Amino acid sequence: MDLTLNDSEAAFRDEVRTWLEANHPGEEPAGDIEAFKFRRAWQKQMHEAGWAGISWPKEFGGRGATLIEQAIFAGEMARADAPSPANILGLVMGGPVIMAHGTDEQKERWLEPILSGEEIWCQGFSEPESGSDLASLKTKAVKENGGWRATGQKVWTTFAHESKWCMLVARTDQEAPKHKGLTYFICDMEQEGVEIRPLVQITGEAEFNEVFFEGAYIPDENVVGGEGNGWMVAITTLMNERAGLGGGAAVAISRDLGRLVELIKEHDLQDDPVVRQKVADLSIRAEALRLGGMRALTAQMKTGIPGPEGSIGKWEWAKLNQDLAELACDVLGVEGLEKGGPWTYKMLRSRANSIEGGTTEVMKNIIAERVLGLPRLR
Amino acid sequence: MRFDFDDEQREIKDTARQFLATRFKPEKVRELAEAGTYDDSLWSEISELGWAGIAIDEEHGGQGLGMVELMILCEELGHACAPLPFLSNACAGLVVETAGSEEQKGRWLPGIASGEGRGAFGDPEVLIDGEGAACAVVYGSDDEVRVVDLDGVSLEPLDLIDATRRYSAPLGDGAGETVPGAFAPATDRILIAVAADLVGIAQRAMEMAVEYAKDRKQFDRPIGAYQAVSHQCAEMLYDVEEARSLTYFAAWAADAEPDSLPMAAAMAKARASEAAWSVCKSSIQVHGGIGFTWEHDLHFLLKRARAGARLFGTASQHRERVAALAGLG
Repeated sequence: MDLTLNDSEAAFRDEVRTWLEANHPGEEPAGDIEAFKFRRAWQKQMHEAGWAGISWPKEFGGRGATLIEQAIFAGEMARADAPSPANILGLVMGGPVIMAHGTDEQKERWLEPILSGEEIWCQGFSEPESGSDLASLKTKAVKENGGWRATGQKVWTTFAHESKWCMLVARTDQEAPKHKGLTYFICDMEQEGVEIRPLVQITGEAEFNEVFFEGAYIPDENVVGGEGNGWMVAITTLMNERAGLGGGAAVAISRDLGRLVELIKEHDLQDDPVVRQKVADLSIRAEALRLGGMRALTAQMKTGIPGPEGSIGKWEWAKLNQDLAELACDVLGVEGLEKGGPWTYKMLRSRANSIEGGTTEVMKNIIAERVLGLPRLR
Repeated sequence: MRFDFDDEQREIKDTARQFLATRFKPEKVRELAEAGTYDDSLWSEISELGWAGIAIDEEHGGQGLGMVELMILCEELGHACAPLPFLSNACAGLVVETAGSEEQKGRWLPGIASGEGRGAFGDPEVLIDGEGAACAVVYGSDDEVRVVDLDGVSLEPLDLIDATRRYSAPLGDGAGETVPGAFAPATDRILIAVAADLVGIAQRAMEMAVEYAKDRKQFDRPIGAYQAVSHQCAEMLYDVEEARSLTYFAAWAADAEPDSLPMAAAMAKARASEAAWSVCKSSIQVHGGIGFTWEHDLHFLLKRARAGARLFGTASQHRERVAALAGLG
């Protein structure tokens, strides 16, 4: 057992920290369009310094960092409160899928513009009637000379309006069992058959979109992993999403906890026993999240794949964000009800944390079935 | 960075698991608990294995290993729900070694390390495993810690619900001599030892629930297929693993990063106290009626969890300490 960084890991952390201190782009501008431009510029800057594809192998233009280095990097990004790169879904999902299942031509065509942020990617998985039960999706693609025509509706599509490419899973065989009739496409978003409508969420902003495919054309060379293999390819993507988005979570939460403690003192509530118990509970669970992440990372270094135990982290992360923001809003009083306040925003936004990226109920199913070996109901 | 046991630690854990599974089969635990006794031959056997003095330095007859190794044994003993005077003896050893005078160390540590002159352990409310012990290390109500020679001292047994340990009335502040050194680091290590026992209890209660949920059928299906049951089991794993991460880290900090110890120990004790109780409660719920009967073994775990959660500070007392250390003063 050794929970310290070795010399080369410590040197790596210092290198990241120094670079972030010197290159931090400052506060993100208000407004969706301005903010996205800002993140795009930030990604370009990261790419030029070799940080954008931190987990990508060197042969594809990445940094080829070890798992520990990736965790350190995510931790430092959160510590510095640095913005996410604009093309986050391309970096953590699109690129890895192309590297794992794509042809040489596909790698040549798509990887570099993902890294540079020149072409933004979005994910077309969820549908109005297919959330947790993803394999039941209905969007279909029909063969047409040299390609496919896709028809259907996707929802919760982040950055669709900024995207050049969509990772689209569609049904190509109506007769096959639900997991087997799917194909994974990369669909060009800049065409007539694609209509994007912003989806306003409870925070009042529109991070997500509904996307309507009405005979959108996809050439054969944009099929990834072969016809009928869409489910298998999509599963790789989802595992990457959980591993890729999880890295800096514990650091971000501990930073928020620090802010919460300051807020409590500003409101002179540091002697309130209920507040003290709640802060301690949050601190303990945040520490458990950090340590659980380290244990998962150690296991992943041995086995090579993220284990199902990571589901505990996803579940706790959501709960922590929600409980933390609620307590902050309680402390703030009426100010915690004001539109646009940062804690108010967080209190509302965090309601999605236990839904997006796999609901807490799905996390519990994964733990029950895959860790504890309980029988499936389905 | 490697958050995992090394090969030697893994071997200690595996050996302990196997040894305890053969010596403390459920019927043996029941026999001892119902009779309210320990089996002296089993104490001798584990002492010969070097467990009693695992974290005591070699100069005083111990193994000279660290808090991580002691914690591993505590977790396994909790998992086995073993009726043994192990925890009290280990706690007494931690205090005397950390804060005792040279004379106190020379007098008591060899017996504690060999298991032949056991140490009992107590606080202002209760003394644990006093019967048959050579000495007792006692936290007084006056914030002093004393070592008491138990020779000729008569004890007044307390009949508490936890039948896997022997409890008696506190000795009071009058007896014995104080330890001269700073005992806070020993106190933190004691919290980790108790937390590890609680993690072991929680793990065992969870395993029993999961096994039962796979076997027991109602409405033509194993009850573990219903999410009302399977999600309770998932919540048990969440509790067990969080408590385990915090306890392992605290043990590592005790050995390698002392600055982190006070916070880590308080967090571990708070979370493990909460987790063990919560998992035992849920396990009874998953078992249904059978889990509520005396003939089922779950209640031994539930009661040991209740006692462990109370000993040396409840979850809320340790959360209060965490709040202070987290910057609320």
